[in-house]
Amino acid sequence: MGEPMFEITDQPLSLEPLVNAVKRSSSGAVATFLGVVREQTRGRQVRYLEYEAYREMAIPKMREIVEEIHQKWKVDEVAMMHRIGHLQVGEASVAIAVSAPHRHEALAACAYAIDRLKEIVPIWKKEVWTDGEEWVGPGTCEHH
Amino acid sequence: MKVRVRCFAAVREIVGVGELIVDLPEGAALIQLISQLGSQFPRLQALTGSLLFSVNREYASTDKRLAEGDEVALIPPVSGGTDV
Repeated sequence: MGEPMFEITDQPLSLEPLVNAVKRSSSGAVATFLGVVREQTRGRQVRYLEYEAYREMAIPKMREIVEEIHQKWKVDEVAMMHRIGHLQVGEASVAIAVSAPHRHEALAACAYAIDRLKEIVPIWKKEVWTDGEEWVGPGTCEHH
Repeated sequence: MKVRVRCFAAVREIVGVGELIVDLPEGAALIQLISQLGSQFPRLQALTGSLLFSVNREYASTDKRLAEGDEVALIPPVSGGTDV
């Protein structure tokens, strides 16, 4: 059994380490979410994104989301990783895995986790377009 | 008393550094810090309506009283509106 995983990293993300970290003998399902940098945002052409985190607050906020999840659903474990730094189109910015005895709980908790992450975890991205740039942060009504 | 102010994203670009130490009257509330920073960095005033704040890594309202050594962060907007 691995330790619950909450990380902010400047390294490329992949789901496999998170899936392995959350799997328990009680788990019948692992739901995952991978957020990736899209080429177009609000009708503009993205050149690249620059992510920045308030790390000392972001990790406790991730843990808080997991507490909320445990109060709402019967899940086994949750893992979350967010990448910071310079990201190109197609690269993953955020990865989440949730294990649960049953699929409905795993899927619902995974959807909740990414929505809450965007609301309360202090991580920002600067969108750099072909014709300008702008910072986007927590609480933005944004959906991947 | 002195508090530590962490600045991120758009706020960091306006302030020019990631961290400031600010001297405030004893017992000052967060709102006083915000107003002091607004005078020092006028471009912040355009953002303050949409900023969130944290004190010691917890979201806080502007009437929160500060203490020596507190870590305050200006959690910037949330520009950009909605996306689908």
